[in-house]
Amino acid sequence: MAWSYLPHNEADRRAMLDAIGAASAEQLFADVPADLRLTGGLNLPPALSEPELTNHLGALAKINADLRNMSCFLGAGAYDHYIPSVIDHVIRRSEFYTAYTQYQPEISQGYLQALWEYQSMICEITGMEAANASLYDGGTAVAEAAMLACAASGKKTVVMAQAGHPHYREIFQTYARDKDLEFRLAPYGDGLTDLTGLRELIDDSTAAVAIQSPNFFGCIEDLKGIAEIAHARGAYLIAVVDPVSLGLLEAPGALGADIVVGEGQGLGIPLSFGGPYLGFLATTEKLMRKMPGRIVGQTTDNRGNRGFVLTLQAREQHIRRDKATSNICSNEALCALMAAVYLSALGREGFREVAAQSFRKAHYAYRALTSLPGCEPVFSGPFFKEFAVRLPSPPAEINKKLRRVGILGGFDLGGPYPGLENCMLICVTEKRTKGEIDRLASEMGAML
Amino acid sequence: MKENQPTIFEISKPGRFALDLGKGDVPACDLETLVPAHLLRAKPAELPEVSQPDLMRHYTALSTRNFGVDSGFYPLGSCTMKYNPKVNEDVCRYPGFTDLHPLQDPESAQGALELLYNMAQHLAELAGMDAVTLQPAAGAHGELTGLKIIKAYHRSRGETRTKVIVPDSAHGTNPATATVCGLETVGVKSAGDGLVCLEALKAAAGPDTAALMLTNPNTLGLFEKNIREIAEIIHDAGGLLYYDGANMNAIMGLARPGDMGFDVVHLNLHKTFATPHGGGGPGSGPVGVKKPLIPFLPVPVPSFDGQKYGLDYDRPSSIGRIHSFYGNFGVIVRAYAYIRAMGPEGLRQVSEDAVLNANYCLSRLREDYHAPFAGNCLHECVLTARNQKPFGVKALDIAKRLLDYGYHPPTIYFPLIVEEALMIEPTETESKETLDGFIRAMREIAAEAGTDAARILSAPHSTVAGRLDETAAARKPVVRWKP
Repeated sequence: MAWSYLPHNEADRRAMLDAIGAASAEQLFADVPADLRLTGGLNLPPALSEPELTNHLGALAKINADLRNMSCFLGAGAYDHYIPSVIDHVIRRSEFYTAYTQYQPEISQGYLQALWEYQSMICEITGMEAANASLYDGGTAVAEAAMLACAASGKKTVVMAQAGHPHYREIFQTYARDKDLEFRLAPYGDGLTDLTGLRELIDDSTAAVAIQSPNFFGCIEDLKGIAEIAHARGAYLIAVVDPVSLGLLEAPGALGADIVVGEGQGLGIPLSFGGPYLGFLATTEKLMRKMPGRIVGQTTDNRGNRGFVLTLQAREQHIRRDKATSNICSNEALCALMAAVYLSALGREGFREVAAQSFRKAHYAYRALTSLPGCEPVFSGPFFKEFAVRLPSPPAEINKKLRRVGILGGFDLGGPYPGLENCMLICVTEKRTKGEIDRLASEMGAML
Repeated sequence: MKENQPTIFEISKPGRFALDLGKGDVPACDLETLVPAHLLRAKPAELPEVSQPDLMRHYTALSTRNFGVDSGFYPLGSCTMKYNPKVNEDVCRYPGFTDLHPLQDPESAQGALELLYNMAQHLAELAGMDAVTLQPAAGAHGELTGLKIIKAYHRSRGETRTKVIVPDSAHGTNPATATVCGLETVGVKSAGDGLVCLEALKAAAGPDTAALMLTNPNTLGLFEKNIREIAEIIHDAGGLLYYDGANMNAIMGLARPGDMGFDVVHLNLHKTFATPHGGGGPGSGPVGVKKPLIPFLPVPVPSFDGQKYGLDYDRPSSIGRIHSFYGNFGVIVRAYAYIRAMGPEGLRQVSEDAVLNANYCLSRLREDYHAPFAGNCLHECVLTARNQKPFGVKALDIAKRLLDYGYHPPTIYFPLIVEEALMIEPTETESKETLDGFIRAMREIAAEAGTDAARILSAPHSTVAGRLDETAAARKPVVRWKP
């Protein structure tokens, strides 16, 4: 049998074995003890030709109800924003996607510059001084930020908002457990973190307060007030943000955040059933040298030209080994490139426009839905592109009915939030049309 | 080629943009009355303003200043830079995969869940394990998940074990992961033959041993043939064996970590299973475990009840959640396509050819370059610059000179236990002609060291950039554009 990815024919193999001085390929594995050799072969399905493979994967893909045929009002940390065509054309340049990490800068200037531009754009939208070249996703970025805060402060407690993404705090709890870090949950009231409750949870052992804004309910937190509360007790503020919201909302850096992290999927990255996504992390200049992950810096080459290199590598696992503050190696570079192309495509005005349209459409939907009898707003605070409504019947039932008419309904808040049974979190991005929103309202109206 | 490509900020001009977004068709609303003024952006983010043609030219220009596997031979040891099949890039972009929301009802994502479920089974079979989680987003993330599972296992037995044994030839992520997991690293020296020294291992193993982390074949490309004894030493001490799957490309269909005595395994889909490295991710680092460790796998676990695929969250002993959703699904689809395209015989041929190619390079280069270990290697070989050092030529210089020949250099200065190491991993997707060209270049450089060392020391000469000042970059970091 032959495979198109394997270039050798039998004559090549023979000639190479002769050059090595081996009688057979078998001989090259002489160091593998005989009793460890797999004799029966692997129990895997037989090889598929390329046409068979595309049929098989096509059939699997087809079983899924994808968003081409549904109006998506589901968010909760993964968002159906419009993805400009240019992105895929850029990332399919094989010089980008088939490359490895930029350890040889002389032949990696293109990617290094693209990542440096990405870092610059992340700094620009978050209002921070330094950004890394990506982390795995929003949730692990929160965990890394919390561990960075603990390492930088020498303290062991992190306060996280209950109004933040439940998955993100679960990930931090997984990370924290084996590091003996303490986790405290700050309660919420009326959709926003309860500042009195928060104040009571912060003490001298608190390394950081991690607050998501817009939070999981879509509500916009008072990051400025929270920064003051955190800083008063010597704790860092970790702001967890939806980057798309920063077209309208104040940069967390300008509100006092020390570390800004979040999920970058909304910046031109497909939903793709949850990954690959993009964790971004930006800090003040003071914390830069403690950041996890790759960082690209500007320098000059021996011809006197501007160039870029991976820098501050002394922080990283391959140099510091067991003294490193994070173990991250491969990250999500190609997703960072997608985000950079996205932000370049939108530009200064487009970035604001996507946020403004998402805001406007979400508020239009809010008015349409909350005017339905039986559909009540849950919270009264300001929101960005997501909002919660209370329904007379379980969201799962309503979603089932909506799916039959080609609508992907919102997130059932009852699961992670006792007390919010029958509450649905609705997400509206700039991609939804007025017609789709009107249809959601009329279909839901007919069900209630 | 231009010596500098301006940054995208430098080509920005007010009023340009690269996406026609439209105005939006809902009535306007009054932002200022809906959101408190101090939470609204005072000053717009200064993002670049470029037209669509400008944007494409910019990124295309950047791509031409970069080297990938499709550009040429990339024998970067330990990184397994094999060819990335193009059909995988297409199938992962089917709308049924890309336009799928992670939180939509599992009933409406049965195809995706079936793929995940079957992929986990296939990887378990390949590694000789009983169950696999696909959630870790990279190899190091897999290591973290694996060590957490091991820690949870010991904890469930009422044991506190605080130490991880790591050979001195290990990847840097191993000790770093142990630290992130709150464990202490104990190094063990390699013996003169490059293998784990059994005596040193016996001395290191004890009641505080949580695990041994081992790569097999190890980072020298040598098979730890005493693996059975190694497993016995660790298991007798009550510890578990962790397999770093970075080098799995050497043994697919030939031997399985599970049969060697390993309890936990991570695999790198972006190495062994041909998914593109993406310039530093996204990768994927699934973790396989033996039966006693299954209860500790991270949630959720893809499940199948004979009729429907689902996501199982009801796992009280689980280490918890480690990824925002279910891992790097798009990468898993590519790797799944690779396994299905190759089949069991194909995967075995992959490893045989990978090993053949590495041995061919070793045998044809060991006259000119010092080979620190006698005998054959598996999928990668380690040479050194010892013979060139008297001329002032170091491994770094040889690497830079290779750039002039159009090759990506081997990994250098790793593993740490070999002085002036050059670690070559050709992979199975390279032809004899490609290897012959590379071998010729390596020999010419070896000869040049004796005749014109200055030419090597000043290399590269033909790249878009010369050697870069890394010290200056780190001393006063400039990590962002400033208007």
